[in-house]
Amino acid sequence: MTPTTPPLGKLLDQARWRPWEPVLWLAALAAPWLLKEHALIINEVAIVALFAVSLDLILGYTGIVSLGHAAFLGFGAYSAALFAKHIHPDPMVGLAVGTAAGTLLGAVASLTIMRGTDLTRIMVTLGLTLILFELANKLDWLTGGADGLQGVVMGPLLGRFEFDLYGQVAAAYSIAVLLVCFLLARRLVHSPFGATLKAVRDNRLRAMSIGIPVASRLAVVYTVSAGMAGAAGALLAQTTGFASLDVFSIERSADVVLMLVIGGVGWLYGGVVGAVVFKLLHDVIAGITPQYWTFWVGLFLVVLVLVGRERLLRPWTWFSRKDAA
Amino acid sequence: MQKRHFIRTAVALALVGSLGHAAAQDNTFKIGLILPMTGPFASTGKQLEAAARLYMAQNGDTVAGKKVQLIVKDDTGAPDVTKRIAQELVINDKVQVLAGFGLTPLAFATAPVATQSKTPLVVMAAATSSITEASPYIVRTSFTVPQVVTVLADWATKNNIKRVVTLVTDYAPGVDSEKFFSQRFQANGGVVVESLRVPLRSPDFAPFLQKVRDAKPDALFTFVPSGAGSALMKQFAERGLDKAGIRMIAEGSVTDDDILNGMGDVALGVVTAHHYSAAHNSPLNKKFVEAFGKANNGMRPNFMAVGAYDGMRVIYEGAKKTKGEGGEALLNAMKGQVFESPRGPIYIDAQTRDVVHNVYVRKVERINGQMWNTEIETVTDMKDPGKAK
Amino acid sequence: MLTILFDGIAYGMLLFILAVGLSVTMGLMNFINLAHGAFAMLGGYLTVALMQHAGLPFLVCLPLAFGVTALVGAVLERTLYRPMYKKPHLDQVLFSIGLTFMAVAATDYFMGSQQQIIQLPTWLLGRTELFDGALGMGHYRLFIIAICAALTVGLQFILSRTRFGSRLRASVDDPRVAASLGINVNVVFAATFAVGSGLAGLGGALGAEVLGLDPSFPLKFLVYFLIVVAVGGTSSITGPLLAALLLGIADVAGKYYIPKLGGFIVYTLMIAILIWRPHGLFSRLGGGK
Repeated sequence: MTPTTPPLGKLLDQARWRPWEPVLWLAALAAPWLLKEHALIINEVAIVALFAVSLDLILGYTGIVSLGHAAFLGFGAYSAALFAKHIHPDPMVGLAVGTAAGTLLGAVASLTIMRGTDLTRIMVTLGLTLILFELANKLDWLTGGADGLQGVVMGPLLGRFEFDLYGQVAAAYSIAVLLVCFLLARRLVHSPFGATLKAVRDNRLRAMSIGIPVASRLAVVYTVSAGMAGAAGALLAQTTGFASLDVFSIERSADVVLMLVIGGVGWLYGGVVGAVVFKLLHDVIAGITPQYWTFWVGLFLVVLVLVGRERLLRPWTWFSRKDAA
Repeated sequence: MQKRHFIRTAVALALVGSLGHAAAQDNTFKIGLILPMTGPFASTGKQLEAAARLYMAQNGDTVAGKKVQLIVKDDTGAPDVTKRIAQELVINDKVQVLAGFGLTPLAFATAPVATQSKTPLVVMAAATSSITEASPYIVRTSFTVPQVVTVLADWATKNNIKRVVTLVTDYAPGVDSEKFFSQRFQANGGVVVESLRVPLRSPDFAPFLQKVRDAKPDALFTFVPSGAGSALMKQFAERGLDKAGIRMIAEGSVTDDDILNGMGDVALGVVTAHHYSAAHNSPLNKKFVEAFGKANNGMRPNFMAVGAYDGMRVIYEGAKKTKGEGGEALLNAMKGQVFESPRGPIYIDAQTRDVVHNVYVRKVERINGQMWNTEIETVTDMKDPGKAK
Repeated sequence: MLTILFDGIAYGMLLFILAVGLSVTMGLMNFINLAHGAFAMLGGYLTVALMQHAGLPFLVCLPLAFGVTALVGAVLERTLYRPMYKKPHLDQVLFSIGLTFMAVAATDYFMGSQQQIIQLPTWLLGRTELFDGALGMGHYRLFIIAICAALTVGLQFILSRTRFGSRLRASVDDPRVAASLGINVNVVFAATFAVGSGLAGLGGALGAEVLGLDPSFPLKFLVYFLIVVAVGGTSSITGPLLAALLLGIADVAGKYYIPKLGGFIVYTLMIAILIWRPHGLFSRLGGGK
C-alpha cells in the first residue's frame, strides 16, 4: 500500500532488513563465548570477512577487478602495528590509525585504476602490492623486514578487556568491527550513491551518458573500500600481535577474491559467507592432506566455474539442465 | 533466495562447532609439529617430518608410560596462521610441547603463545640468533647462522683470502649471514669489497654475478636458500668466475645434502661451513643416513632433518625425566641435555637454551659416484656468537 | 655494460617466448588464462624427466617439450576452455587459477618440491669474451637468443605471409565477421591455443637452466608474463616482444646498477606505463573491454 512507484519500491525493498539478519548478527557476537574452542578461527574468519566485504564494494558493486587489495590490508596492518609499538598501545586508536592509513593509500591509488581494461587494472593493483612488499622488505629498520614486526603488545580493549590466549576478546572485537563496517557498507550500497555504482558496473558508457561522474564515483568507492581493508589489516595486526611481509603477498589478494566469488559478488553477505566457507574448506581439507590441499581447492574452483557460480548455493539446480548463464 | 544463503551459513557455522573435537586423553603425550608443508619451503617441511617420524619409529611411541601422539600441521609459511595453529594446539589439543618452525618469522610469531601458555617450544629449523631470546620457553636444536659463518670467515682468513664480495638473498638468514661473516672477516683484517643482496623472488643471478666479476675479489661468500644454490653455482661457472680465479665459499645450506647430488660438477671444490654433513664419519650418522633413506625412498637427510631428529630426542628425554608432564618442568629437563647426535657431539646450553655443537668446514667431493660434503676441519663446541653477551 | 645488455636481451627473449602465447590468446579469445605458467612448467618438467630418465639429449627434448605441451593445450582447449569463452573475466580468472593450483599440487606430488636441475650438454656451457671482456656472452644465453629470434621471425612470417596468419588476424579483429566469411574460427582458436601453449612449454624447457624449475614456477612467474602482456598489448606480437625486451633489460640493468632497488624498478615502470597508456604501449587504441 505504499504510494511509491514500483522501481523505487523495489529499491527500498532491497534495503530493508530481513528478519533473520539481526538473529544472525546476535549469534555471531555470541559465538566467541558459545563456541569457546573456536574463538581463534572465528577471529580469523571475521577479519577475512571484513576484508572480503571491502573488496565486494569495488568488485561486486562497481566492477573493478583487483588482484591487489592486500596492499591496503598490509598498509593498515603495519600502520596499526607500528602505532601500537611506538606511540600508544590502545586498540581503538590503533584501529582508527589503520583505517586512516588505508583510506589515504586508497585515495592515492584510486588515480591508477581509472583507465584501461580489466587486465590493466589487475596489473596496476598487483603492481602496487608488489611495490609495497618490496618496500616493507627494504625498510627493515622500521618494519622488521622478512623477520616481521614483533613486540606489538596491545593494551586492553576499552581499558578493561585484555587480549587473552583464548582469543575470545579478540574475536568479539573483530566481529563488532565487522558489524559496524558492514552496516556502513550496507548504507552506502543501498543509497542513491550505491545505485550509481551499479550503473557504472553494468555499463560505464551509458552511466557516463546520463551524467554520472564516473571518475569521482570510482575514486570515492575505491577509497572507502581501501579504508575498510585497512581496518581489517589493523585488526589482523592487533589480534595476532604481529605484522609480517606476507600481508602483502599475492596469495592474500587472490584468496580474498576467491572467497568473495564463492560467497557471491554483489551481495554484501557474500563476503561473509565466502570467508566462512573458504576457511572451513581450508581447515578441513588441510587436516586431511596437509600437503596437497591446494589441489582440491583448485579442483573445487574449476568445477565451480564450469558448473556456474550462482549454482553453488542452490543445490537444487545442480542436477537440472540449465543454459549457461 | 537470501534466506537459503542464511541457512547455509548457519549450517556452516554449526559444522565449525562440531569439528575438531579431539577427545582429550590423559594418557597421551602430545607433540604439536608445525611445519611449512606447502609453499616455497615445502621441501624443508618434508625433511623435518620425515626425520621426526624416523625418530619415533626407532625409539618407539611410548615415553614414560604415555603414548606419544605427533600432531602435524601445515602453516603454509604464514606467521599469523602459525600462531593461530599453535594457539589451537595448546588450547584445544592440549599439547605438551610445540615443535618445528621452518622459518624465523614463524617462530617469532609463536613465541608469545609459548610464554603465555608455559609450553616449551622446540625450534628445529629456524636459524636466526635472537629467536631463543623471544621467549624463555624456547629451546633450539637446529643451528644459528652466526655460528657457521664465523667459522667460515676464520677459515677464509687462514687460507689467504683477503678480498671478498658477499652475495646473499635478501631475507633474514641471508642478511644475518652477511652481517656476521663481514664482521668476523673484517675483524681478521680482511676487506669486504662489496655487499650484494638478491631479492628472494628473483629468478636470475646474472647481473649480480656480473658485478662480482667486475669487482675481482679473491672469493665470493654467498648464502641463498637451499634450491637456489645449484642455479647460483651453475651461473657462477657459466660466467667464468671460477676461471677468473674467484673462489666460492658459502654457508652450508647452499650445498644442501638434499639436492647436492643433482648439482653436477660445478659444485666440486666449493668450500662451505655447516653443522651437519650427511658424510659425517660416525657410526651413529651412518645408521641415521641409512635408516632415513630406507624409510623415504632413498632421500638423503639434510641439516633440517638432523635438527628435527635431535629435537625429538630432546623432547623424548625431557619427557622421560618429567614422567610425561609438560610446562616448566619439561623445559628444565630439556636444558642442559648433552648427547651424541648424527652431526657429532651436541649440548643444549642451560643459560641460553641454544644449541652448542661442532661446526665443520667442508669441501664438496665426489666419492663413489655420489657428491658429498667432506669435512676438512672441525671447530668444537661452537656457541652462538650472535647472542648479546 | 654491454654484457648487461646482452643478459637483459636473453632474459627478455625468454620471457617473450613464454608470454607470447598468453598475449595472443588474450587478444584472440579475450580469455585471461592465468594457467599459462602451468604449461611452461609442464615443458620444463618434461624435459627434465626425459633427460634424466630416458637419457635423451637436450636438443631432442626441446621440440618434444613444444610438441607435447601443444598437444595437451589442444586437448584442454577443446574440453575445458571452450565452454569458458563466453563467461565473464572473473570466472576465467578463477578457472585458470584453479587449474594452476591443481597443476602445482600434482607436480609437487609426482615430482617432489625441490628445484629441478638440468644438465646442459657441454657445448652449451662456456663463454665467449669480446672487446677485452667488455662483452661476455654465455653460450647458453646466445643459444636462447638465437632460438627465440628464429621463432619470432617464424611467427611474424606465419602471421603476415600465410593464409592461416591472415585468418588469425581476421579472427582477432572480429570473430563474428570472420566466421561469416567462412573462416573456421574454432579451428583457428584451437590451433592458436595449442601453439601458444607449446611455445610456453618450450620456454619452460629453455628457462629451467636460467630461471629455475620447481612446482611453484607458474605462480612465481605469472606476474612477469602478465606484465609483458599488459604492457605489450594483445594486438600484435611485436608489442609483447618489445615489452619483454624492455622488461628484461630494465630488470637486469636495474639489479646491476641499483641493486638496492632491484625489484621495484620493474613494477614502478609498469605502473607508470599503464597509467600513461592503459591499453598497453603498442596497441592500437580503441574498443574492447
